[in-house]
Amino acid sequence: MRFRFTDLRIDTAAARGELLDPGAGGYASFEGWVRDFNEGREVTRLEYEAFQELALKEGERILAEAAARFPIKHALCIHRVGRLSLSDMAVWVGVSSTHRGEAFDACRFIIDEVKHRVPIWKKEHYRNGDSGWVNCERCAAAPEHRHDRATAHDHDAA
Amino acid sequence: MSARTPLLGLVLAGGGSERMKRDKATLLYEGKSQLDRAVELLARHVDRVFVSVRASQIGDAARARYPLIVDSVAGRGPIVGIRSAFAAHPGNAWLVVACDLPFLSDRALSQLLAERDPASSATAYISVHDELPEPLCAIWEPKAAAQIDALLAAGKDCPRKFLMNHAARLLEPQDLRALDNVNTPEEYVRASAGPTTTHAMQLKIQYFALMREQSGRSEETVETLASTPADLYAELKARYGFTLPREQLKVAVNSEFAPWSRPLAAGDAVVFIPPVAGG
Repeated sequence: MRFRFTDLRIDTAAARGELLDPGAGGYASFEGWVRDFNEGREVTRLEYEAFQELALKEGERILAEAAARFPIKHALCIHRVGRLSLSDMAVWVGVSSTHRGEAFDACRFIIDEVKHRVPIWKKEHYRNGDSGWVNCERCAAAPEHRHDRATAHDHDAA
Repeated sequence: MSARTPLLGLVLAGGGSERMKRDKATLLYEGKSQLDRAVELLARHVDRVFVSVRASQIGDAARARYPLIVDSVAGRGPIVGIRSAFAAHPGNAWLVVACDLPFLSDRALSQLLAERDPASSATAYISVHDELPEPLCAIWEPKAAAQIDALLAAGKDCPRKFLMNHAARLLEPQDLRALDNVNTPEEYVRASAGPTTTHAMQLKIQYFALMREQSGRSEETVETLASTPADLYAELKARYGFTLPREQLKVAVNSEFAPWSRPLAAGDAVVFIPPVAGG
């Protein structure tokens, strides 16, 4: 079970080779690609940054969970860091297993968990020259809700 | 703005001290009981100070030295102490403090007084730990009396929820440690050890992504009095203007996810983790 980062193009042929197993009758993989559009904005490129020490531990935990949950042979996840262009591969997940069903299921499980749990951050650069950290910039508005609520009760301005 | 109503001081000393397993009012800090310290502190800011007690504590020697206000009903917590004070001296506002705040400071009380809003029900601090209002170091205005009656009549008695649901002026504390309370024997040992063990310690902070950009650095060693990641985040948020509230972050200590209340030790490596976006 292996989770790792690379700042080079992901070599999917080599990665697939690591999953070969005489007992495996199926293999499924997922590739995440850099898309030109997100949440209504035109994206021109991306940067990924990771807190690698913890990210590697959490990534390994996810792979171990996948192995505990699905009867698979091998699983591997490789995530890019650094600058990426449109259509570059940002993440690759591969799973080999005795039968196809668990390979698909485990692959889906791994990518979903990685997106939510592993300390990796994505900065999008937009056509208009703006940029922003995904999930961080907009939710920063949330504290305003809280303070709005407090100041709505605050009679000082009256 | 209306003329300010007179302000009296109230030290809440009617608690059961269940977790401490001994009376918190008589715990000593630098040779002085918490109750005596709290009364003296309040007396520097208001003219008259009273001590709130349960009926069963009237004869207690530590408390009997002070003018007492006895809870009108039992078993409903500190809100009854505050309500009983309004009943005993109608028309006054109350600067209320719990007696188990060993780090409470003149600075914290001065800020409350300076930023007091007499038109609201109360002026209180937002906790640096969970960003909720802190009812037990606060100024309670006379209009709160009837509102507390309504709360009690509805079968509720949480003073914190009271502040969240009524017109309270809420302040960010300048003295971040002032409201840390001490509930267990372990916390007492740590707190009473005083400045020799509570002096600033060095922590290593690493910043990633948005935190790196907002702090303008990838890592630093900070000298801090913060004893938990929650305190540390409040301190650094104030220093660097981090936009994310703590609720949206996770924290790692020594490269493993950790609770916000985890005690920090000198040399610990701390990373604040903003919302992630892999894949």
